[in-house]
Amino acid sequence: MNVLEVAKELSLSVVVPGEGAAREIKGIYCCDLLSIVMGRAKADDAWITVMSNINAVAVAVLADVSCIILSEGMEFDEACKERAEMEGVCVLSSDLPTFELSRKIDLLLNLS
Amino acid sequence: MNNTVKLHYIVDGEDFTRAGEASADVKKNLRKLGVPPDVIRKVAIALYEGEINMVIHANGGVIDVEVSPECISMALKDQGKGIEDVEKAMQEGYSTAPDEVRSLGFGAGMGLPNMKKYTDSMKIESTVGVGTNVYMTVSIS
Ligand SMILES: Nc1ncnc2c1ncn2[C@@H]1O[C@H](COP(=O)(O)OP(=O)(O)OP(=O)(O)O)[C@@H](O)[C@H]1O
Ligand SMILES: [Mg+2]
Repeated sequence: MNVLEVAKELSLSVVVPGEGAAREIKGIYCCDLLSIVMGRAKADDAWITVMSNINAVAVAVLADVSCIILSEGMEFDEACKERAEMEGVCVLSSDLPTFELSRKIDLLLNLS
Repeated sequence: MNNTVKLHYIVDGEDFTRAGEASADVKKNLRKLGVPPDVIRKVAIALYEGEINMVIHANGGVIDVEVSPECISMALKDQGKGIEDVEKAMQEGYSTAPDEVRSLGFGAGMGLPNMKKYTDSMKIESTVGVGTNVYMTVSIS
């Protein structure tokens, strides 16, 4: 199941589709401090965060995560969306808190 | 890839939203050169951490990257305030990042430890009031 199919299944909003159709979620990583994410997130993880600024896009590219999922109703501004589009980063969002979001994804994909 | 490829960047100390452009460009170049993805990921993260540090703590600087068939060498040089105690700065969690960059998600004090973790060698030369040079290498194997 690719990232966009997961989004549809769980009714997550697609903020920027990016390369979501070509990527799969292999794990989940939750954290808002960027250096910790770069140290610990694995390639192809879904990265769930409330950190909705342009540096998050850069971190997603470098850490090579499969998508950014903004939790707690956080939103990207136009500049962030543009940057994500340019870099091909898939960005999803949801009103759910980080834990519930992770739990739903895990139940669907059986990752752990 | 037989020759050494050299890349040079000037990092703007003012603009936060542009921080990361050098690392992104290095990443693109390494991909074109056919460097393995896991090596690229290590180089890109280590370089980004160094680049961000130059923006946050040193008001910008210059980056030189050399790609040879065996390894990738990075040199980051700035004329910022310098690091008083390098050993302390290398500790996980140590940070002097100001509040306005903390609110952007920086300041965990994990940048230098990440640079060490993702590279095969790392050396810091720093003089308070003069600046900081960071040298890192990642081997391709
Ligand atoms: N180029 C530099 N010039 C001056 N001081 C630096 C430089 N790089 C790092 N430092 C000092 O070392 C400390 C630790 O750096 P490190 O990158 O580990 O953490 P940070 O930048 O504070 O937070 P994080 O990287 O997790 O967002 C910094 O807070 C700063 O005091
Ligand atoms: Mg740092």
